[in-house]
Amino acid sequence: MIGLGTAFSVTNLLMVIGGCLVGTFIGMLPGLGPMSIIAIMIPVAITIGDPSAALILLAGVYYGAIFGGSTSSILINAPGVASTVATSFDGYPLARQGKAGKALTVAAISSFSGGTIGAVLLMIFAPALATVALLFHSAEYFALMVVGLSAISTFAGSGQVSKALLMTVLGLIMATVGEGALYNLPRFTMGIMDLQSGFGFITLAMAMFALPEAIYLVLDPSRSNPGEGNAEIKELSITRREARSIVPVIGRQSIQGFFIGVLPGAGATIASFLGYAVERNIAPKEEQNQFGQGSIKGLAAPESANNAACTGSFVPLLTLGIPGSGTTAILLGALIALNVSPGPRLMVDQPEIFWSVIVSMYLGNLILLVLNLPLIPYIAKILTVPRTYLIPFILFFTLMGAYIGQNNATELLILVGFGVCATILRFADYPLAPLLIGFILGSMLEDNFSRSMQLYDGFGFILQRPMTLGLLTLALILVVLPTYRAHRARSRAKGLADGD
Amino acid sequence: MALDRWIALIILLICITYGYTAFFTMDAGMPPFMRRSPIWPSTFPKTLAVLGIIISLSIVFGMEKSDANIKEGDINYRKLGQYKIGQAFLLLLFMVAYALFLRPMGFLASTTAFLMFSGALLGERKLLRLLLISGLSSGIIWYLVQEVLGIFLRPFPFF
Repeated sequence: MIGLGTAFSVTNLLMVIGGCLVGTFIGMLPGLGPMSIIAIMIPVAITIGDPSAALILLAGVYYGAIFGGSTSSILINAPGVASTVATSFDGYPLARQGKAGKALTVAAISSFSGGTIGAVLLMIFAPALATVALLFHSAEYFALMVVGLSAISTFAGSGQVSKALLMTVLGLIMATVGEGALYNLPRFTMGIMDLQSGFGFITLAMAMFALPEAIYLVLDPSRSNPGEGNAEIKELSITRREARSIVPVIGRQSIQGFFIGVLPGAGATIASFLGYAVERNIAPKEEQNQFGQGSIKGLAAPESANNAACTGSFVPLLTLGIPGSGTTAILLGALIALNVSPGPRLMVDQPEIFWSVIVSMYLGNLILLVLNLPLIPYIAKILTVPRTYLIPFILFFTLMGAYIGQNNATELLILVGFGVCATILRFADYPLAPLLIGFILGSMLEDNFSRSMQLYDGFGFILQRPMTLGLLTLALILVVLPTYRAHRARSRAKGLADGD
Repeated sequence: MALDRWIALIILLICITYGYTAFFTMDAGMPPFMRRSPIWPSTFPKTLAVLGIIISLSIVFGMEKSDANIKEGDINYRKLGQYKIGQAFLLLLFMVAYALFLRPMGFLASTTAFLMFSGALLGERKLLRLLLISGLSSGIIWYLVQEVLGIFLRPFPFF
């Protein structure tokens, strides 16, 4: 009741609405993820003075930014943040089929449901989960990431596993360029100063997704303006059958995403990729083939998982004072600046702050849905812009995303170079998502691997920690099983053809 | 040999070079106290190099057979001449030029020029409208990024 009273005050309602709007619009710009937007909004929040109002504003900005990021992923295949990369796998193909309005609606509903279910789970499980999350050590994090990467390599389907694995390894190799996680020694920089801090994530994301797509649009003009003259672009509603098919996906992925989000360091990115991989793997064979081609389930899974994970990441922050992600680390900084000390005593000493944040999550998600659904037809109209304007602007936003992230013109040259390489890889049917995912998880993977090696003086951690061994075995099964199945199917087909 | 196998061969060469650096040159200047540690800065790269070499070799030798029904890429790289390859190449050149001229020319002029030339290259013939939209967009974006978000973008060549 304390939370309801605080969150429903006029000032705080305005804070949620303002935060959601600012977050959505700035989040649409590739290159500006929730972390940057929250950092930009911190001075505003501190000026407000009241910790509850400030936190409610920042939570609104957070959710708005995530939804805004999904919009650019769906409409122009330019995921500005790692957690919306998986959204583009099916969101963009749907937009290309003239179903941008429907894709944005599914994204909005999934985000809303994920965030709301996450908020309910946060309310119920927060204190207990904080203790469980601390049982996860670096060895388990390492194994969890290996499972994530293996699951992603099976996305590509039969006959593609080795290509996807190679792309994952290439992404991991690229993540090792720059200062190492362990000793801060520069590695593989070839003496180039600009590579000292490694490749920029935004640069690579733009090079892997937005730039090849823009080049494809130029090469083949018939691919442009998928929604032009197509009534479906304005169609927001989803059919009853589609709704029935995504309800279990949203339910499963909201719960899974929330629990992954609770683990410090795991966060929305892993939740969204794992959510996508799990749904693809458990889908019936004929539906599996639709993943990556514009599957509504493939869009609902990462969207609900990443929103639920964002809510989950508040558990260690609010109950232990441990930030589970970069974004919550910035929020922690804001809390400290507002004289609030998150930790086990927060619920006892300042319950109005704890509960008003939880209530603001419900409100934030609801307001996002109410504000964004009527705007979707207008947002989706971006796709009806003539190609003579649309392509230069996609290229420009791609360049800007890479530039404002690092303020370095060399990034733009790297972007063009990688973009050309990515286009050639796409010609040869190499999946590009595993490369980016490997790159994103690379430094975290090495960090946890190194810590486990140091703690157990070698590879002993694999055998000494049963959960690690179990997760690594699962990763091996995920890689080997599809190849074995494909081999068996081919042998059977050959046998039939030979008349056996 | 198909393009995917050529690409695997190139990645194999990258992995060999990467592995050579990790195994033979990276640890040369490592301080003695680090040598007692179970993990070196080269440990993870060595693992990746070995994995990369094994997987790329499996593709080069065609050990994993692709299913016949795997979708063909939308663009057939064997018939690139049938597509607008010239336009794509020129747009990439414009992007390189934008990267090189962004600081010397300033954000406003270089962005307006980039948007305008790219639009004209793609077939827009209403040049006055194109110039107006390009200039206006550059101005609005500069204002939003620099004045609202506080991220510095040099607007003109000399300040």
